[in-house]
Amino acid sequence: MTRLLDVENLTLQFDTDEGRITAVDDVSFSIEQGQVMGLVGESGSGKSVTAKSLMKLNARNAVYGPQSRIILHLDDGPVDVMTLRSAREMQLVRGGAISMIFQEPMASFAPAITIGSQMVEQLLIHTDMNKKQARELSIEMLARVGISDAARRFDQYAFELSGGMRQRAMIAMALSTRPRLLIADEPTTALDVTIQAQVIDLMKDLVAEFGMAIIFITHDLGVIAQTADTVAVMYLGRLVEQGPVREVIRTPAHPYTRGLIAALPDLENLDKPLTPVPGDIPSPLERPTGCVFNTRCSVAIEGRCQHEVPQFMQLDDHHRVACHLAARERGAA
Amino acid sequence: MSDRALITTRNLSVHYPLRGGLIGPRQVVRAVEGVSIEIPAGHFFGLVGESGSGKTTLGRALLRAAPITHGEVIYDDGEVRYDLAAIDKAALKDYRSRAQLIFQDPYAALSPRMTVRDIIAEPLEVMGLTKSRAETDERVREIATMCRLNLEHLRRFPHAFSGGQRQRISIARALVSRPRFVVADEAVAALDVSIQADVLNLLRSLQKEMGLTFLFISHDLSVVAHVCDHVAVMYLGRLVETAPTRQLFARPRHPYTRALLSAIPSLDPDDRGRTRRLEGEIPSPTDPPPGCKFHTRCPYATDRCRAEEPELEDAGDGHNVSCHRWRELGEELAMD
Repeated sequence: MTRLLDVENLTLQFDTDEGRITAVDDVSFSIEQGQVMGLVGESGSGKSVTAKSLMKLNARNAVYGPQSRIILHLDDGPVDVMTLRSAREMQLVRGGAISMIFQEPMASFAPAITIGSQMVEQLLIHTDMNKKQARELSIEMLARVGISDAARRFDQYAFELSGGMRQRAMIAMALSTRPRLLIADEPTTALDVTIQAQVIDLMKDLVAEFGMAIIFITHDLGVIAQTADTVAVMYLGRLVEQGPVREVIRTPAHPYTRGLIAALPDLENLDKPLTPVPGDIPSPLERPTGCVFNTRCSVAIEGRCQHEVPQFMQLDDHHRVACHLAARERGAA
Repeated sequence: MSDRALITTRNLSVHYPLRGGLIGPRQVVRAVEGVSIEIPAGHFFGLVGESGSGKTTLGRALLRAAPITHGEVIYDDGEVRYDLAAIDKAALKDYRSRAQLIFQDPYAALSPRMTVRDIIAEPLEVMGLTKSRAETDERVREIATMCRLNLEHLRRFPHAFSGGQRQRISIARALVSRPRFVVADEAVAALDVSIQADVLNLLRSLQKEMGLTFLFISHDLSVVAHVCDHVAVMYLGRLVETAPTRQLFARPRHPYTRALLSAIPSLDPDDRGRTRRLEGEIPSPTDPPPGCKFHTRCPYATDRCRAEEPELEDAGDGHNVSCHRWRELGEELAMD
């Protein structure tokens, strides 16, 4: 496997009227080429902000921690995204090495410009194609993602397409520049379950065909189980558990990961009571001390979890968890 | 729990005229077409289908919040009996206190300028159900407690609350008039999984405590499987199958129900099968296909399906199904 991305000690705060709030707190992870990483967590866990950092797409009041490093291993050598400043430099990653697709494709296409001109525009910026080549490739990509009558769709506007078709067009657009990394932020959440299944199949096929890596952001562990190779679970800006998808879903080690799985309705066992994760995610203005999850954790260790931030511990080669209790159980075993 | 029907519809259709061009015929959106359904009192009745299937419109028609173009909707709670297609103004006012709606988006449903107390009290005041402010406050506090809201929070504004808390406020507002019938339209769709379980458990316990009848509209079959007693599946304005929840999930009789069930992503990473994927999308309700509405996407469609529309018929085990081929497809469709 060849390393594509290393995120090291990523910390991101926002300056707001109510003070400086921490959105991402000392997050590190790596992605190999062609790998699909699922990034899971509730609203407010910082998963979208983390993904947007990879292209420095966060708002102007974002303050990155001095230790933060985001290294992309490209053919011409490694690039630290943190050191890129001008818009021209950023083009290397934005839409170049990295593309992003969003949850609501209606909001992601400009409403008054045809789908086709938006696809051509980015190809003219990021490749040395001429207009005619860009048009041909765009139509080919639209057909590739399963849009019938692609040449006609090319000249249509976003509102003329159904939700599922818009998301396919978004994927076609994101992939036409052949990015090395695709960030998919809840790409199927707004879709019906039958269309979601089609889009998931499509994304799997495209990974196999184009060999790119994907960061798949979702709150749906079922979608993760169906698509991802590895999973990273986030809570209130911190990574709490990481590992291969089988290990994390079958033998979750962090109480939060266990809670997320227990809260899911299970079709195999309709008598299983639904168990919510108690309480709500705290406001970033009231970040708990110690382990960020201690205020909702039913197994928190009195006097320890409230004060001491748990460090990551390896459970095996790839599976790791940041939890005092898991560490204690491990030590006793 | 009694099995008397609280809501009965016969051949219910809801059509919306579209403003046509200068030439050509006036188009009509057939949002709901010929639906006959019984919702027994005290049941948690699920209604599922894709966007555009007409499930929201059906829910609204049962609340008399969508026009009833053809057919009948009868509400009968033992105290009063209303024929909603022909209801007069005074009776409709009374019906509004007996039938309520819980919305999907708890961020959009609550006025940011009103305190939680005023939001919950508003239905009582509008409908004139209480005689004094003290009585209103009493009712608000009672329902807030049942919805597990902190009474200290009644003086706050909605922006201070999380999605789960907001949805509990919406529920309190819907239930403060002590309705018998509640339509919950995608009531947990906007919530995180971790919070969703909490709101579902609350709805179930309120249903038991208050003896409510729920129509629970959702696109999420795994949620429906967990909370509903009985499920109806809609496609392009028609009912395609109804059955008790367990029967529906174990032995779906309609190819569309089967396709919906197999589209649910499995939590097992080794079960990445892609069998029986549904091709294409739901057709437009302005231009529905002839015959069985599902034939354009159905892997089992025959010439008969393309020409002749099936009727909903009794298929045993509590199933009602509208498919020409349900008898032959039985084994084919069973879930493994």
